[in-house]
Amino acid sequence: MAYRVETRTTASSLAAVAGIVLIGVLIAFPAFAGRGLIQDLFFILTMLVLAQFWNLLAGYGGLVSVGQQAFVGLGGYAMFGAAILWGWDPVAALVLSGVAALLVAVPTAFFAFRLAGAYFAIGTWVVAEVVRLLVAQWKAVGGGTGTSLPREASGDMWGQAAIEALFGVRSAAARDILAYWLALALCVATIGGIYWLLRTKRGLALAAVRDNAQAARAVGVDAGAMKWVVFLTAAFGTGLAGGLIYLQKGRISPDAAFSVTDWTAYVIFIVVIGGIGTIEGPIIGVLVFFLLQSFFADYGSIYLMALGAIGIVIMLFAPRGLWGLFSDKTGIQLFPIRRRLTGGRLAKSKE
Amino acid sequence: MNWIDTIAQGVLLGGLYALFAAGLSLVFGIMRLVNLAHGDLIVMGAYLILLVVSVTGINPFLAALIAMPLMFALGWGLQRVVLNRVLGPDILPPLLVTFGLSIVVQNVLLQGFSADSQRVGAGALETASVDLGVVTLGVMPLLTFASAIAVIVCLNWVFYRTSLGRAFRATSDDPVTASLMGIKPQGIFAMATGIAMIVVTIAALYLGMRANFDPTIGPARLIYAFEAVIIGGLGSLWGTLAGGVIIGVAQTLGAAINPEWQILAGHIAFLVVLLIRPRGLFPRAFD
Repeated sequence: MAYRVETRTTASSLAAVAGIVLIGVLIAFPAFAGRGLIQDLFFILTMLVLAQFWNLLAGYGGLVSVGQQAFVGLGGYAMFGAAILWGWDPVAALVLSGVAALLVAVPTAFFAFRLAGAYFAIGTWVVAEVVRLLVAQWKAVGGGTGTSLPREASGDMWGQAAIEALFGVRSAAARDILAYWLALALCVATIGGIYWLLRTKRGLALAAVRDNAQAARAVGVDAGAMKWVVFLTAAFGTGLAGGLIYLQKGRISPDAAFSVTDWTAYVIFIVVIGGIGTIEGPIIGVLVFFLLQSFFADYGSIYLMALGAIGIVIMLFAPRGLWGLFSDKTGIQLFPIRRRLTGGRLAKSKE
Repeated sequence: MNWIDTIAQGVLLGGLYALFAAGLSLVFGIMRLVNLAHGDLIVMGAYLILLVVSVTGINPFLAALIAMPLMFALGWGLQRVVLNRVLGPDILPPLLVTFGLSIVVQNVLLQGFSADSQRVGAGALETASVDLGVVTLGVMPLLTFASAIAVIVCLNWVFYRTSLGRAFRATSDDPVTASLMGIKPQGIFAMATGIAMIVVTIAALYLGMRANFDPTIGPARLIYAFEAVIIGGLGSLWGTLAGGVIIGVAQTLGAAINPEWQILAGHIAFLVVLLIRPRGLFPRAFD
């Protein structure tokens, strides 16, 4: 038997099957789930997308950004702008959400990459503030007070009428279902895309840069180019998620759309508690976060205090998060990226 | 519009930003730690001074003297118990821990003091002014600027003229070799954060007396402080003052043109400097 290089494990094969089943169930969910549950799932899916992209930045790219709210807000505003000013269908305008975020990410990266290490974090924050202040001057979409999606846009999106007829629901509920399906598609594409990226040659280069930038450069990895790839990918995905979030909300304002708490602090918490630098981590993290949110969000500032404290404690005592603890104990990885040599004589001696 | 007056006000405002920035710069210089909770700690200092003033009824300057040792102890303990554990080659843990700390401090203040905006009353000093013929300057802004200069002179003196400063510089250059010479980096770091918190208290005093504050304004102060440090160039406290002045002048000029542009103008000045002088105007450190 010949030697083979593979990344697949038993656990990952099982996880793939379970994942496909889960996706199937989630697609069929609107048929029997109530509107509240669909909204909760939408929240989980969109936060998961944001968390996966932040994890790609910080966990794999070593780029700790505190300014991702810039791209969420831009995504939302690009969609609103296209729908209000040009009368685009909001679903079609989602493409603009990603493109707008991407366009702004280029100058952002140009500035922020001049700042080394920790200063990068605050640099991205400054850019996010600049974007927020500029958008607040944009009177056509409500300036500082914000605006709502016009009725003709929010009531007649692509596919909305079909969903109304299919499930016999009202227009607002149909919009939730549409947004939910789009979020599900975005989430699957995000996780699938990131997993694919990490398994390619680029992913290997990324891991090399993360572990030791100089050693990676010595074997010919272009560390600078990898940073650009990661930053622009994350901006595009975050922008898309932002557009989708505000398509479902139907109302936008600069303070909400560029909120550092909602779109960056929560996301960082999700990634840190679940386990930074893994794909599984944000999935665990978003579930924990959702549970905490649904039970304790009414406590307001005490709840946020506790979130911050939990984040600090995790970082101090279990820096690889809940999934890291689990994975260290069991050796299970659902999205393995390490290449292992199998087959031949190695197959007998278990790794 | 009086341009000279606007610029003079901006220069004095820069003193306040330099005070915000000095503590941040000190901590970064010695242990390469960027404290994302710095702005929130300034706001916390302001609340502490407010508390002392309202309980004892004494002058805010005296209240700040009482707050200083408390803030020093807080900084010392914070560094000992939390931050020393996360320092290392990986920048992620300290960033995430101080970000968590920022959220905690903000919400503790929100819980303890509500979201209402507060102000530390300074009596007649609030409205006192000096007429210099060309411009009329408030006594409070002048005091702020003078304090910023005094703080920088003191910090430079500690840094370059005392044995503690020598230990600071040695630890900053090479903690391992420094520890061979009998310096305990952990203790030095705790001392540095403690001193930074004394500077934070001075910044908090003027923050509280000059304008209204509430628990949510910390992150914006962190951003101004950071911009001043980067514009000035890492490692130079006088550069930080120059950075603060540039932000201050940009903000007052922006506000004079359109009040909505005040903050934006400061940020844009920062981005322009970053564009033409990526290492700042007076860089000393090389990292």
